[in-house]
Amino acid sequence: MNGTALKTPVALVRGTSAAEIEAAAAAAALRRKRLVYFWRYLILVVFLGGWELLARTRLIDEFFFSKPTDIVARLYTWSVEGTSEGPLWYHLWVTMEESVLGFITGAVAGIVAGIAMGRNRMLADVFSVYIKVINSIPRVVLAPIFIMIFGLGLTSKVALSFVMVFFVVFANAFQGVREADRNLIANAQILGAKDWQLTRSVVIPSAMSWIFASLHVSFGFAIIGAIVGEFVGARYGIGLLINVAKGSFDAAGMYAAIVIVMVVALAAEYLMTLVENRLAKWRPVALVDQA
Amino acid sequence: MAPQPTSPVAGQAPAIELINVSRRFLTPDGKSMTAIRDFTMTVERGEFVAVVGPTGCGKSTTLNLVTGLARPSSGEVRVMGGPVDGIDPRIGFAFQTDALFPWRNVIDNVIAGPLFRGMERGKAIELGRKWLARVHLSAHETKYPHQLSGGMRKRVALAQTFINEPQILLMDEPFSALDVQTRVVMHDELLSLWSQSKASVVFVTHDLEEAIALADKVYVLTAGPATVKSVYRIDIPRPRVASEIRYEQHFIDISRTIWNDLRDEVTRGASRAEALATEKAA
Repeated sequence: MNGTALKTPVALVRGTSAAEIEAAAAAAALRRKRLVYFWRYLILVVFLGGWELLARTRLIDEFFFSKPTDIVARLYTWSVEGTSEGPLWYHLWVTMEESVLGFITGAVAGIVAGIAMGRNRMLADVFSVYIKVINSIPRVVLAPIFIMIFGLGLTSKVALSFVMVFFVVFANAFQGVREADRNLIANAQILGAKDWQLTRSVVIPSAMSWIFASLHVSFGFAIIGAIVGEFVGARYGIGLLINVAKGSFDAAGMYAAIVIVMVVALAAEYLMTLVENRLAKWRPVALVDQA
Repeated sequence: MAPQPTSPVAGQAPAIELINVSRRFLTPDGKSMTAIRDFTMTVERGEFVAVVGPTGCGKSTTLNLVTGLARPSSGEVRVMGGPVDGIDPRIGFAFQTDALFPWRNVIDNVIAGPLFRGMERGKAIELGRKWLARVHLSAHETKYPHQLSGGMRKRVALAQTFINEPQILLMDEPFSALDVQTRVVMHDELLSLWSQSKASVVFVTHDLEEAIALADKVYVLTAGPATVKSVYRIDIPRPRVASEIRYEQHFIDISRTIWNDLRDEVTRGASRAEALATEKAA
């Protein structure tokens, strides 16, 4: 059985030379890629088409679920004529400004705090209990407090985004520092690295992949922070648009706002991956194939 | 090569002295464990000393005492005639595992030491290229460690260590992860670098033939807690060719003599490890 299996020239069917085998492999890879895309598009078409069809045949209530064509139409009017609350682009800009500010401040503070506490056992032992306590608060309950303290403007949303981002990045930076290879640290010390050189040239680079993993998810959290803040009280922003749409039972408006947030979050994720790949060129080739 | 200490007293002192050193650890469950006991060892200037002993007997601990990464519980450690106070810049260390910085390319890894010690980057690169040439890696300057073979990574690590021109070189089973052929090549590589630098070397290994091929003096340790069982002077003339030497009759004789000594410790070490394991399980 085994003997015959070994003798059967399975691979030889497609050709014998290296070039032929490579060509066959490339063709197989291409076929597979096409198949993946086929299914991806098919699912999208079935989902959107099904939604449209169900809404048009009144199997689902358009009042609650709207329908894709209405949402697209709403996005078009919003972007061309503006919303009832002013131009769409301004709302988007406000939400972005809040998220980006919250993201940057939260990430920087999280990285600094994580590295400081990862490097200093005493600090970590003293503060870890407080971090745990504060971390157990669901962040969104802070929204009303921040609105009360900082008012309806930018600051309250940035503050909420900040706390959403800070703890995620902090936890990862801390863990990353703790996981830094002891041999690498010892090697750097013996080669002559002093405290700050050690942190900069060994600890931070080895924590970097942990930190980046958290940055990927935390931009999404920053947007959540901004939008929840806008729900609770704001004059501008995508969250406000959703709130207004809710007030007027405008399902298409709510879905349109969701689509906008989705696109923004995906674009941010894409940018983050680009930056990460540039910074991490030393790593063995990533296993993800960006199709 | 490197400037000797100017003090005449320090100038005559051996490179490394361990005098009746003991080192105890606290295990995670709060028990005290002795890694080495009443350990005495002398390494003269420019001498190549190998330390062999059963696995887990505390060989690596002796090195950490010299670097200042660990402190003795009792006894005295002297480096170049002076006490050990923190990490000594005259010391170089070769690690068992890969200790290259994976995010730095080959040349940046090699010049890490000079840069940490404040050398200007341009000068450091010039120096780094010289050392890369000595380990035959000039063509791989901009590669990252993950793109190199195990033997190449070890050569980068050697260049990284030797570029600081250490007067004392501590090596903790540096080649144990390599395959046998590569290991022998690395032995010759190391001997040639060492003969140019004339550093004092402590080479820890569990491979007896490796120890004999490289060293002037071989310390045999007892199974843990480690103490010196016996010392052998290896009178094989230099320069040696590590890849040939092991087939000479004299080498085989020395090897057999030391092995007879080491064998008992290896058996004792194995049964001790088993006893510890059963004790833990109980």
